[in-house]
Amino acid sequence: MSDTPATPGPRAGAAFLAVLRREFAGYFRTPLAYVFLAVFNAFAISLAFFVGNIYEAGVASLDRFFLYHPWLWAFLAPAAGARLWAEERRQGTIELLLTWPVTVWQAALGKFFAAWLFLGCALLITLPMAFTVCYLGDPDVGVIVSGYVGSFLCAGACLGIAAVASALTRSQVIAFVTGFLACFVLVLVGYGVFDELLAGAFSSGTVDAVRRLGLWRNLEPFTLGLVDVRPVAYFLTAAFAGLGLSTIIVERR
Amino acid sequence: MALIEVSHLQKSYGAIRAVKDVSFSVDRGEVVGFLGPNGAGKSTTMKLLTGYLRPDAGKAVVAGFDVTEDPVAAKAHLGYSPEGAPAYGEMTVREFLRFAADLRGLAEPAARVADTLKLCRLEEVAGQAIDTLSKGYRMRVGFAQAVIHDPAVLILDEPTDGLDPNQKFEVRRILKDMAARKAVIVSTHILEEVGELCTRVIVIAQGEVRCDEPKERFLQRGADLNQVFRQLTA
Repeated sequence: MSDTPATPGPRAGAAFLAVLRREFAGYFRTPLAYVFLAVFNAFAISLAFFVGNIYEAGVASLDRFFLYHPWLWAFLAPAAGARLWAEERRQGTIELLLTWPVTVWQAALGKFFAAWLFLGCALLITLPMAFTVCYLGDPDVGVIVSGYVGSFLCAGACLGIAAVASALTRSQVIAFVTGFLACFVLVLVGYGVFDELLAGAFSSGTVDAVRRLGLWRNLEPFTLGLVDVRPVAYFLTAAFAGLGLSTIIVERR
Repeated sequence: MALIEVSHLQKSYGAIRAVKDVSFSVDRGEVVGFLGPNGAGKSTTMKLLTGYLRPDAGKAVVAGFDVTEDPVAAKAHLGYSPEGAPAYGEMTVREFLRFAADLRGLAEPAARVADTLKLCRLEEVAGQAIDTLSKGYRMRVGFAQAVIHDPAVLILDEPTDGLDPNQKFEVRRILKDMAARKAVIVSTHILEEVGELCTRVIVIAQGEVRCDEPKERFLQRGADLNQVFRQLTA
C-alpha cells in the first residue's frame, strides 16, 4: 500500500454504476423479489382475465390488460421503492454512503434506476400475455409495444412518489403506506365515481383539470397506440420531480 | 501541511449547540484520541469532518480539500467508520467490500478486497452475510471499508466499543501498523486506551475543546485518569 491514495477520486460514472448494481442485485438477495415478481404477474394476468374479461371480449388486444396497471403500480412501485432511503436510514448505512466519494445525486440516480429496472423486469415477465394475443389473433404489435412503454413510464411516475415517501422516514412500512396512498389518489382521479364527487363541489373546468392528473387518463392513449407528448411529459415529470425532491430531502441534513 | 485542519467548526441541532467552536489540526503519523463524555460533541465533530453533516460555520479541510466545497475529493482521501460500524447487513463481507472498492473507483478492486480481508483478518468470514456476524467481526468489517483505499486520513468513531479484550488488542495492532503513514482520529470513552493507542489527546466537552496535548503530558496530569477526565469535562 502506498503513501498516498492510489486514485485521486472516482469517476462520477463509477459511483453511479456501483450504486445501481448494488441496489438492483439487492432486490434479488431476499426472496421478496421473487414474491414480488410472482404477485405482479399473477395479478396482472388474473385481473385482465377475470375482471377485464379479456378472453370473452374476443378482440386481439391488450387494452384490458393495461387497464389495471395503474392499480398494480400504485401498490407495487411503493413496495419496491420503500427500501430506497428508509433502509439506509434504518441500518445507519446512509452515513457510510454519504461519506464515500459519491454525490447525493449520483447515489439517488443509481437507486432510482435500479428500482425502475426492477419494475421493468416485472413488466417483461408478462410478455407471454402479448405472445398469447399474437398467437390467438392478429393484434397491432405497435399498439402492444406502446402499451408496454406507457405502463413502464407509469411505473416510473409511481416510483418517483415512492422515492419521496422513502426519503422521509426510516421505516419501510411507513414509506410503503404513504407512497401507496399518494399513488392511490392518482389512480382514483379520473374514475367516474370520483369525478361525480368532485363535480358536486367544483366547476367543470376544475374537474377536468384534475381528471388530467389521473394515471389511467394518461396511460389510456398508450394502450390505443397513441404516443402523445403530454402523457409522456406527465409520467416523466412525476418520475423526475419525485427523484429530485427525494434527493433534496436526503441532502438536507 | 497538516492532513486534517479544523477551524472554528460550529453545529447546532435546533436550540442545542452540539459543537460550539472547535479547532485543531492533525499531522501525518499522529493518532489522536478523541475523549469526552457521551453527548460532548465527539461524534458530531466527526460527522462534520467527514462531510456527513454540514457545519453552520467554520471549515474542515482533509488532505488539502475543503469538505464542504470539494466533498468528493475530500472523501476520496478519507476513511470513516461511524459509531456502531453500520454496514449493508444482507451483503456478504466480500460483496460489501467489493461495493466500497467499486464505488471508490479503485484500480484492481478484487486485489484490494483480498488485501483488506487479509489485513483485517476477515478471510474466514468473507462469504458470510454481515448480519450473521458477531460484534467483533462487524466492527472489523466497518474498519475494513474505511481502510480499503489506504486513505491518508482515518476517522474511527468508537472502533473498540463492545469488543472483548482480545478483539480490542487486534484493532490496536492493525491501527499501529498503519498509523505512521496516516493522520488518525479515534474517539473513545475508555481512558485506558489513550496510553496504548494514541500519540495525542483531545478532550471535548459541551462542544468545546478542553484540552489538546501530547499523550505523555496528558498522562502526567494525574495518576487517576478518571479524576483528570472529570475535572476536564466538568
